[in-house]
Amino acid sequence: MASSFLSSGIIQPLPLRSPDKPQTLFDHLKTTSTFLGSTSKLRSVSLSKPNLPNPHRRSTVVAVSDVLKEKKTKSAASSSQLLITREEGLELYEDMVLGRAFEDMCAQMYYRGKMFGFVHLYNGQEAVSTGFIKLLKKEDCVVSTYRDHVHALSKGVPARAVMSELFGKATGCCRGQGGSMHMFSKEHNVLGGFAFIGEGIPVATGAAFTSKYKREVLKEDCDEVTLAFFGDGTCNNGQFFECLNMASLWKLPIVFVVENNLWAIGMSHLRATSDPEIWKKGPAFGMPGFHVDGMDVLKVREVAKEAIQRARRGEGPTLVECETYRFRGHSLADPDELRDPAEKAHYAARDPLTALKKYIFDNKLASEAELKAIEKKIDEVVEESVEFADASPPPPRSQLLENVFADPKGFGIGPDGSYRCEDPKFTEGTAHV
Amino acid sequence: MAAIFQGIGAAAALPSAKKFHSQSRRFVSARKGSLFVVRSDGRPSLVLPRGAAAKADASATSTASKPGHELLLFEALREGLEEEMDRDPLVCVMGEDVGHYGGSYKVTKGLAAKYGDLRVLDTPIAENSFTGMGIGAAMTGLRPIIEGMNMGFLLLAFNQISNNCGMLHYTSGGQFKIPVVIRGPGGVGRQLGAEHSQRLESYFQSIPGIQMVACSTPYNAKGLMKAAIRSENPVILFEHVLLYNLKERIPDDEYVLSLEEAEMVRPGEHVTILTYSRMRYHVMQAAKTLVNKGYDPEVIDIRSLKPFDLYTIGNSVKKTHRVLIVEECMRTGGIGASLTAAITENFIDYLDAPIVCLSSQDVPTPYAGTLEEWTVVQPAQIVTAVEQLCQ
Repeated sequence: MASSFLSSGIIQPLPLRSPDKPQTLFDHLKTTSTFLGSTSKLRSVSLSKPNLPNPHRRSTVVAVSDVLKEKKTKSAASSSQLLITREEGLELYEDMVLGRAFEDMCAQMYYRGKMFGFVHLYNGQEAVSTGFIKLLKKEDCVVSTYRDHVHALSKGVPARAVMSELFGKATGCCRGQGGSMHMFSKEHNVLGGFAFIGEGIPVATGAAFTSKYKREVLKEDCDEVTLAFFGDGTCNNGQFFECLNMASLWKLPIVFVVENNLWAIGMSHLRATSDPEIWKKGPAFGMPGFHVDGMDVLKVREVAKEAIQRARRGEGPTLVECETYRFRGHSLADPDELRDPAEKAHYAARDPLTALKKYIFDNKLASEAELKAIEKKIDEVVEESVEFADASPPPPRSQLLENVFADPKGFGIGPDGSYRCEDPKFTEGTAHV
Repeated sequence: MAAIFQGIGAAAALPSAKKFHSQSRRFVSARKGSLFVVRSDGRPSLVLPRGAAAKADASATSTASKPGHELLLFEALREGLEEEMDRDPLVCVMGEDVGHYGGSYKVTKGLAAKYGDLRVLDTPIAENSFTGMGIGAAMTGLRPIIEGMNMGFLLLAFNQISNNCGMLHYTSGGQFKIPVVIRGPGGVGRQLGAEHSQRLESYFQSIPGIQMVACSTPYNAKGLMKAAIRSENPVILFEHVLLYNLKERIPDDEYVLSLEEAEMVRPGEHVTILTYSRMRYHVMQAAKTLVNKGYDPEVIDIRSLKPFDLYTIGNSVKKTHRVLIVEECMRTGGIGASLTAAITENFIDYLDAPIVCLSSQDVPTPYAGTLEEWTVVQPAQIVTAVEQLCQ
């Protein structure tokens, strides 16, 4: 029972416990794709694509964008072929503008000495975060890496809570204890924020496991999904492969989203990876693998819809490789000298905000004035978040030991027979533990 | 053997009641930063004051306690696990061969048939990832027990145990708790070779945010297993490969032990011997010899490797003024090293002699039986050390 999703040309393995009907493995290769994901066929992938500006980039995205261009030119007059409604368009635009404006403000604040340490900005990749996360419910979980500010914002964490966290203030979403690389929100189900690449993927797999457990063991009506975001560098890491295996084995409701921006600090993806086409690694583990233009929020959204629905239906995980690019360096400490200016220019021309704006205008979904109003509103939100963070107090000494243990009895019993945490100095943060 | 020493322990005086130990204490719901915690259970759990457990065991004339039942240590672990799984549907087990195979040491035997393959999950061989998966599940509401088939395999999970298990409650500003239990067999066995004979307690002890306990008898194995599962903190429960077949009679009534307390095994006057896990038995064997020679050692099974129970330990030091630590950890950076530092810091005025610490040699455990024997502390060495200490 192949859905249109499965007929997109990606190899689908035989099910582990096969049903009565035998399935031929490559049926779907004969069907045409109605789908805006990658149209690569496993056997006919050609490794050299001369028609791309970056000859080293092995990608089949050209085929997809052709399909989309066709659709776009036809759809100008008829709204039934539009990919988004007006409301959706405005929502997506506002979210991406928030991501961009927030990160730009972070850069300013960093250079003004308001935040410290390693700060990794998301400029250029907004389409991936917005394209995926805006399809989620509040109960769905998001797990990210150190480049997590915008994932948190898209999921609904208030800008002021994120900015405060970056300033290290007590009003931050993690009380100032996490910092840039550890954005968490229980309310919005953002499960981090991880500094080591790859270590968040098992956590995401665990969240998906809980969803399945709730449904199958606790018999609850649960269709929550988890999205795991990570980069191209992570795809060479053991935890990535181990989790692809487990998620596929148990059909966990998770989507693995690869934000392939071609660079892991100064290491080019092509220099680090034997087979750079990451989407192909999905089918090796028994799940569909998709490649999508990550600079186009509408394309991302279409693929995301199918992947998320697939997970909700209990059909298991999907691997989605988003071709994207970061306009800034790896972090604010990165001089970014290795990347070719021509490559940067190529992707700057594909700025996701510009692309969405153009789509909105071309299809008369909103006026210039309305979009400007959104930009102004976001500017105010970001300014306010800085003011809020500035005005917030830093954490007091008493906060030092509070969250080491969920149950502070874990600090043990002191020489006087009482639990350490009963020591009045404990709340002052001066207790010796 | 274990039961006899429990009986001796019954002679210890009851200590002063500690606030957190009264049996039906309820705590007010927590705001961030307050000291009070919500008990995870709605039912009163019988957290015994120290000494009382031993008393219940030894008291033959009490009409309140039932005679109890005999079982082996691995069965006691399973009993504790099963009781907790019956009590709370969020408790689940994951690890290699825990399901259909029943666990490498049969701790989870029969549980998969009873609770299903998802609740007793057979994982692929991917320690770091399934430990991380357990942590993610714990953050989203489940209470997983993660088994390392051999504790040594958890070295592969060090990334997750250190960074995520220990830290995420803190870095998330207290938003997410990680109520996992990580357990498995460790320690030096019978010629298992270097890599299957590891003692990871020394490696994990510095990780902030975790608790570590070591069980040594069927009685404390069941009690600590239950306590670890009920704890809101991540707990690493160290079992020992050679102790799984110990037999003891344990109470029929439900009981949960304290994770933070040490266990008085044999009260005495001359010297405090601090030990845990398998070395407890070498110590008790040496104690027999020492008693015949006229010594009166006080033996304490510290049980809680992190944090140390400085109250029980301190009271003992104040009484005997001499301390011998007997452990299976390596000499360098082991639990004994930390314990020596903690006692010196807190009780230096009460010591009449330097603390002596007997640990395993800093050697990868050899395969040959004779060599293996010489890497761990033997009863004869303990006797000699006490004699020297008490001169």
